[in-house]
Amino acid sequence: MASGLDQRVAVAPAEPMVPRAFSIKRVRQDTHDTFTLDLVPPEAFSFSPGQFNMLYVFGVGEVPISISSDPAEKSTIQHTTRVVGTVTTALKGLRKGGTVGIRGPFGSSWPLAEAEGMDCLIVAGGIGLAPLRPVIYSILAQRKRYRRVVVLYGTRTGEDILYTHELERWRGKFDLDIQITIDRGGPDWRGNVGVVTTLIARAPLDPADTVAMVCGPEVMMRFTLLELQRRGIPADRTYVSMERNMKCAIGFCGHCQYGPTFVCKDGPVFRFDRIAAIFGKPEI
Amino acid sequence: MIESLEPVIEAHLFFKGLEKRHIQFIAGCAKNVRFPAGAVVFREGDPADQFYFVREGLVAVELMVPHRGFTTLQTVGAGDVLGWSWLLPPFRWRFGARTTEPTRALAFDAKCLRAKCEEDHDLGYELFKRFSHVMAERLEATRLQLLDLYGVGA
Repeated sequence: MASGLDQRVAVAPAEPMVPRAFSIKRVRQDTHDTFTLDLVPPEAFSFSPGQFNMLYVFGVGEVPISISSDPAEKSTIQHTTRVVGTVTTALKGLRKGGTVGIRGPFGSSWPLAEAEGMDCLIVAGGIGLAPLRPVIYSILAQRKRYRRVVVLYGTRTGEDILYTHELERWRGKFDLDIQITIDRGGPDWRGNVGVVTTLIARAPLDPADTVAMVCGPEVMMRFTLLELQRRGIPADRTYVSMERNMKCAIGFCGHCQYGPTFVCKDGPVFRFDRIAAIFGKPEI
Repeated sequence: MIESLEPVIEAHLFFKGLEKRHIQFIAGCAKNVRFPAGAVVFREGDPADQFYFVREGLVAVELMVPHRGFTTLQTVGAGDVLGWSWLLPPFRWRFGARTTEPTRALAFDAKCLRAKCEEDHDLGYELFKRFSHVMAERLEATRLQLLDLYGVGA
């Protein structure tokens, strides 16, 4: 099976196992359980959309988190994180002026070059919007290189929507179609209600000329892929970001083995046809 | 000039593959309707004598929940079918529907179509096949909503 090598980028840390100290510029609470860290690297930091860093809270532990900021911004990077365990709880407790150890960037990236000249469909579920946010920034920076761009974003409630100001701003642009849907609508919600898969059928795209990028919980991705297939978007133009228990981030330790691949170095972004045989298999 | 609805219906994916005579009959049961934002399209419990194809806009399928008010269960937008209670006894709406934005739709006389389906089983079978698909999609979407997909640990 081929790996995601065609999406790999040249940027790789010189000392991949040695964390560098990044200072915390800001901690912003996005939703009740999600926050964004603005981090200042010791020197200019380059990454490709879809890549991740290992974030080390000294004395607590290390977690892999996707980079969620604008790739053009080299002096500050952002990580949007949900509080789910010991390390992310400790990360949330850090304050402006504190320090986080960073290893990275690691992994493959979204297929922005391949998507040039085509329609782009970005499907995000929950915190899955964070790894796709750099894609949106990159597309907007080179908007003329892409045809129609559709962002479909599903989340639990109106209060769980990430990057609300940005989404509003992007929605105001006439060259970007953003559809948000929530699972549970309150009395004040006037938008879509339902899972994100229900928006795919009516996305204004030419399926024969579309590149799809999908990130979210695995069940959501499974049903999204079925809908994309139904819509006629082929598996070799569909990309997913996988999440596994990454530890070393350079393919040594084997914690994130995914069939014949390692999510940390062959992924996290995979072209779907290359993992279709193992995707969704409970044993893997 | 009155717009003929036959080409509109024929072009809709939902009716793809139907015989011309069936399309003609269905078009005879259809009319264009418009609703402003916030309009009630139908109410829970009322006779389900129509169904709709949304051409533009957004409609919330809702349920009145005591102490919570009208709660949206799902929304249907452009290209979607609204309403399948007209197919099954007792032919009353299981849920209500209200527009959340100005909406344009095709409304179909369900009574007329029901009678025709009894008379012409070919048409009945074709319509049931198509509506079964809609119902299966709605069921699948509801199951996914129940999973609380985006919650921690999902």
